[in-house]
Amino acid sequence: MRSTKKRRILAATAVSATMVLALGACAGGGDDKAAPGADARGDITIWYSNNESEIAWGKQMVEAWNADHPGEKVKAQEIPAGKSSEEVIGAAITAGNAPCLVFNTAPVAVPQFEKQGGLVDLGTFEDGVSYIEERSGDTAEQYQNADGKYFQMPWKSNPVMIFYNKDLFTKAGLDPENPALATYDEFLATARTIVKSGAAENAIHPAPTSEFFQSWFDFYPLYAAETGGKLLVEDGKSTFATEDGQKVAEFWKTMYDEGLAGKEQYQGDSFADGQAAMSIVGPWAVSVYKDAVNWGAVPVPTSTGTPADETYTFSDAKNVGLFSACENKGTAWDVLKFATSEAQDGALLELTGQMPLRKDLTTTYADYFAANPTYEQFGDQASRTVEVPSVSNSVASWQAFRDAYSKAVIFGEGEISSALEGAAEKIDSLVAKD
Amino acid sequence: MSTVATSTPPAGRSTLPAGGAPARRRRRPLLGKNPIGILFSAPYLIFVLAVFAYPLVFAVWMSFHDYFFAAPGAQIERQFVGLENFQEVLADPAVIRSFGNVGIFLLINVPLTVVLSLVLATALNKVVRFRTFLRVSYFVPYVTASVAVVGVWLFLFSGSGLINQLLGPLAPSPSWLINSTWAMPTIALFVTWKQLGFFILLYLAALQNVSEELYEAAATDGAGKVRSFFSVTIPGVRPATVLVLLLATVTGANLFTEPYLLTGGGGPNGASASPVLLMYQRGIEQGSPDVAAAIGVILVIGVLILAFIQRKLAGGDES
Repeated sequence: MRSTKKRRILAATAVSATMVLALGACAGGGDDKAAPGADARGDITIWYSNNESEIAWGKQMVEAWNADHPGEKVKAQEIPAGKSSEEVIGAAITAGNAPCLVFNTAPVAVPQFEKQGGLVDLGTFEDGVSYIEERSGDTAEQYQNADGKYFQMPWKSNPVMIFYNKDLFTKAGLDPENPALATYDEFLATARTIVKSGAAENAIHPAPTSEFFQSWFDFYPLYAAETGGKLLVEDGKSTFATEDGQKVAEFWKTMYDEGLAGKEQYQGDSFADGQAAMSIVGPWAVSVYKDAVNWGAVPVPTSTGTPADETYTFSDAKNVGLFSACENKGTAWDVLKFATSEAQDGALLELTGQMPLRKDLTTTYADYFAANPTYEQFGDQASRTVEVPSVSNSVASWQAFRDAYSKAVIFGEGEISSALEGAAEKIDSLVAKD
Repeated sequence: MSTVATSTPPAGRSTLPAGGAPARRRRRPLLGKNPIGILFSAPYLIFVLAVFAYPLVFAVWMSFHDYFFAAPGAQIERQFVGLENFQEVLADPAVIRSFGNVGIFLLINVPLTVVLSLVLATALNKVVRFRTFLRVSYFVPYVTASVAVVGVWLFLFSGSGLINQLLGPLAPSPSWLINSTWAMPTIALFVTWKQLGFFILLYLAALQNVSEELYEAAATDGAGKVRSFFSVTIPGVRPATVLVLLLATVTGANLFTEPYLLTGGGGPNGASASPVLLMYQRGIEQGSPDVAAAIGVILVIGVLILAFIQRKLAGGDES
C-alpha cells in the first residue's frame, strides 16, 4: 500500500516537474528578433471597428486600395468580438497573429501594446515622423511615448461636447437655442430647473460605474477645459491634484449630491430615452440622435465660462497601430498613408462624421462643413482636444483615478482634496514604474 | 508493457511470514490491471492537464516572476521576483477588501443555497401536479445568460425599481446596488436565485436514493413530516450536501460576472469587487498578469482551506 502511494507521489512529482520545465521553456521568451520587414511588400490583413459607418468607410478604402495594387492585396475584417477591442488586440499580440493594421487602436492601450512588443515604431519608416507631424500638426505630440516615438498613427477624434435635448429644455421653461451652460453656476442652475420641473429625471447621466475609462466622459473633458488643455499626467507627474482639478470635482459632486446626475447605471441610452436632458458625447452621436432627439450642442462648462473657441475637451480619439507580427510592413505603411490621405480622411468625415486628426480640418474640408453645419462646431472643437497621456501603466493609472473619483465625488465619501492627492500619488508611482 | 511472470501462491494462503516482510511480492502491472482503462480515460486526463493543471502550474510560476504577456518575438527577461507579487497584492487595500467581499458573499450564498435547494427539492419531490413545470421554472434562471438576467435585476433593484416601490419607505437609500452595505448581499441573492435550479437538480437526484422504508419506519415511530425531514432526509442526502457545499463555494469564490455587470465593475467604491474581478482588471486590462496570478494563487489556497473545513465538518464518513 505504502509503495503504491509512494509510486503515485513520484508520478505526480514527475508530471509536475515536466510541466514546470515545459513552462520554463515556454516562458523563456525565445530568441527571435523582430523581423526587419520594413520594406517587405505583399498581401496584408487589417481590422477595423464594427460599427456600421466605419465598416462602410473601411470597405470603400480597401476596395480603392486593392483596385490599384493587385500585387499587395488588403484583406479586411471587423475586430473579432470580445469584452473590448483592446483585449482582443492584446490577445492577438500574445498569440502572434495580430493583423498588420488595426483602425481602432485606443491610445490608452498603446503603451501596453508597446511594452508587449506588439507595435512597430512608425519612426522607423523613412517618412514616418514627418508624415504624422505634417498631417496632424502640433496635436501629434500628444501621441508620442515618453521617448518621443510614435507607436500609433493619430487617426480620428470624437471631441466630446454637451449635447442637450431642446424639447426637454423647452418643457423645463429654458431657452433651447441659447441654453445657459457655459459656467458651473449656470450649468447647475439649468440642471436644477430641469429636474425640478420634472422635464427629465436627471439633468445629465454620465455612467457612474467604476470602469477605468468612464472618467473620460465626466471629469476629464471639464478638466481639459478648465486648465486650457492639460493632460492628466504631464512630464511623468499628475496634474489634477490642484485647484483646477478640485473645482471640476466639486462641480460634479454638487451634481451628484443634489440628485442632478444619476448615481445608478442606466440600462440603455439615458439621453435618447429622455431620462436625462443632457449628455457628454462626440460627433458620432449626431447620426445616432438625428431622428431620435431634437438636440443642440455646446462646449463643456468651465468655472468662468471660457469662450467656445478657446474651450478644450477630451478627444476620444481612435488611432491606427501597425503591429510587429505583420510580415509585409512596407505595404502596411503604404496602406496606412493611403487610409489617412486627404481623400480618405474626407471619406471618413463624410461617412462617419468623425473628425480626422488632421491640422486645418475645417479649411481642408470647408465644403463638407458648409454642407453639414451641425458638424462644424465639432470640426472646430477638434483643434482643441487633449488625449489620454501616453504613459506606462496607463490603464492602471486611470483605474486609480476612477476609484478615487468614484468614492469622493459620485458617492461623496471623504474629502475631495485628499482623494485627488491620494490618486495623484498612486498614479505618479505607476507612471514611474516600467 | 510486459510484466515479469511470477509464481503466485495458491488462493487463501498468505505470502507473509508471521511478523515479517513479504518474502516475494506480487508484481503489479505498471499500467494497472486494466491498461485499456487508461486509453479510455486519456481524453479526459489530457483535458484536465491542458485546461486545469497546466494553467494552474503556469499561474503559480507567473506569480513568482515579473511576467507580462508579450509578442512571440519579443526579447523579454522573466525575472524571478520571489514573493514580491504577493507582497504587492497583500499590501493593496482593494485586494484585501475583495477577499472580504467574497467572504460576505459566501456567508450569504452558500448556506442559502444549501437550505433553499434542499427544501425546494424535497417539496418538488413530493409535488404531484405541475412537477415538470415547477422543475423547469427553477432551472430556467440557471440556463439563462447572466447578461440577460442582470438587466432584469437592474430594473428590479434600481432606485425607482419594483422592489423599492413595494418596500416604499423601507427601501434603502442609496438603492441596493449602489449601497455599500447592500450591494454584496444583493449580488449573493442574485447568484443564489440564478444557481438554485442546478443545486435543486442535484438534491432531487440524491433524494431518489433515500429509501421510502426509512420514512415509513420513522412514521411508525411517530415522526411527523418535519422530524422525518431532519432525521431521514438530511442524513440521507449528506453526500449531495457535501457536493453542493463544495460547488457553491468554488463557484462563489470565482464570482465575476455579477460584480462586472450588476454593479458596474465592483461598485460602489469597491464594495462588490471580487478577487476574480480584480484579477481581470489587473491581469487583462492593466497588463499585470503576474499580480493577477498572485491573487489567483491566494484565492485557490483559500478555497482549498474552505473545502477542507467543509469536508471535515459536513463530510462525515460518507466518502
